[in-house]
Amino acid sequence: MEHTVVSANKFNAWFGDNHVVKDVSIGIEKNQVIAVMGPSGCGKTTFLRCINRMHELIPGATAKGSLKLYDDEVYTMNPIYVRYKIGMVFQRPNPFPNLSIYDNVIAGYKLNGLKVAKAEQDRIVEKSLTSAALWNEVKDSLHKKGTFLSGGQQQRLCIARAIAMEPEVILFDEPTSALDPISTSSVEQLFHELKENYTLIIVTHNMQQAARVSDKTAFFYMGELVEFDVTKKMFTAPSDVRTQNYITGRFS
Amino acid sequence: MTKNKRLDLSYTQMKWETVFRRILVIMSVLLLLLVVGILITLIVQSMPSIKSLGIGFLWGKIWDPVSNIYGAYPFLIGTLLTSFTALLISVPFSYAISIYLGEYNPKGWLSNLLKNSIELIAAVPSIIYGFWGLFVLVPVIRTFEAKIHIAPYGVGIFTSSLVLAVMIIPYAASLGITLIRMVPSPLKEGAYALGATRFEVIRSVIMPYTRSGLFAGVLLSLGRALGETMAVTMLIGNTSTIANSFKEIFFGPGNTMASVIANEFTEADHTVYLSALIELGLVLFFVTVIINLIGKRIITKFTNH
Repeated sequence: MEHTVVSANKFNAWFGDNHVVKDVSIGIEKNQVIAVMGPSGCGKTTFLRCINRMHELIPGATAKGSLKLYDDEVYTMNPIYVRYKIGMVFQRPNPFPNLSIYDNVIAGYKLNGLKVAKAEQDRIVEKSLTSAALWNEVKDSLHKKGTFLSGGQQQRLCIARAIAMEPEVILFDEPTSALDPISTSSVEQLFHELKENYTLIIVTHNMQQAARVSDKTAFFYMGELVEFDVTKKMFTAPSDVRTQNYITGRFS
Repeated sequence: MTKNKRLDLSYTQMKWETVFRRILVIMSVLLLLLVVGILITLIVQSMPSIKSLGIGFLWGKIWDPVSNIYGAYPFLIGTLLTSFTALLISVPFSYAISIYLGEYNPKGWLSNLLKNSIELIAAVPSIIYGFWGLFVLVPVIRTFEAKIHIAPYGVGIFTSSLVLAVMIIPYAASLGITLIRMVPSPLKEGAYALGATRFEVIRSVIMPYTRSGLFAGVLLSLGRALGETMAVTMLIGNTSTIANSFKEIFFGPGNTMASVIANEFTEADHTVYLSALIELGLVLFFVTVIINLIGKRIITKFTNH
């Protein structure tokens, strides 16, 4: 383990009395793509939303245990700062409908009232859209509304918006489940390029996707982290019977 | 046999479809006819006044039924001044309430209690506001006016505006609460995930998303303020002369179109007098329609932008 970016140690999360993440311990290394999979209601999305402290926005949601970004305890940091450092892309593309493509990319700065010079803004927008493989498609319509784009383009716009903040980690919550197959493959393509600079944690329902894009896979079941291993090994020789049952489709 | 029966059934079903649709059409058209009818009545009844006073009625500054001089200007000013002052006072309250009960505290007993009490404000009969204003607010205003060295009438345009402001809060607030609760959470989460604070989410996501709806609520409030009669009549002082300085107009007694109609309708003892009052009603009708049209234009602009 050369560089652990995100690490959890006996981490727990609740919705009211409902214990949804149980004693999860995991270490995620830099510049890797991590797939998080498991049946519905297994706590994978909740765990993801704990990493950038989005979980606590829901009334009645609580968390306990250690969760670190490098050496800093996420739950003692300012949540605003945590979310600068850990970006997020959601299940459904959610560009801000009232903003242009350009303003959507720069939204993180605008929202927080950070003053950035115009030339610097231009640079950030171009760089982020290029990284999100969207620049060529939208460079002539930067000042049109982001909602005119197709679903896949909107999702890449949301990725550009996350990249613009230059985070350490980007969280993806089932990022392609609302997209058609072509858009899905363009987003998956992107994961390979993005891991050069970022660490990606992707929650997915789609096992083939997990196998295609990830270096390591975490399997959650009933709130527990059952197995966390190199993806290839996980899909060929899982060490836990529950993982094997899930992969072979005995339950879903 | 069975087949025929089924066919019969579908025939009655189809017939009911037509009948149901006709009922809907008739009801809607009936309402339109009613509004047109009211407009025609107003125009016909104000003909004597329109004929003898002409268009100058609108900016005539003197209203003196004894000498048969009628000018609507003081009431036009009274209506617009009370309504817009009331709106100005009420908007910060209705926006604050909408944001608090829509975003910060959308659930739970306190939220329900607050929302119900705000809706109750709209349910209180306006004569009760009139009484409350006379007995509680007027003495306070009188002291205040004495302190800032203007004639301490107590009643007047300012006092009416204050009471009106309270009365119209629920219209904008209750629509605002509903709209803010309906802002899709993925949008809000998108902003939170970029490190926005709650205030920043409200300013940059919730407000742009609900802007046109919130404005429609304000328009509802304004419509209510323009037409409100009873409470205003009790508190405005019922003076048909218009003072010279804005300060005197604003703090002194006056009259709105609705209040002068309510006050003088029973004593209008000749044709032109009565007709002039009805023409005031017509003017009020048009003022309301025009303000609503302008408002609708602004709303479409908000929505398209």
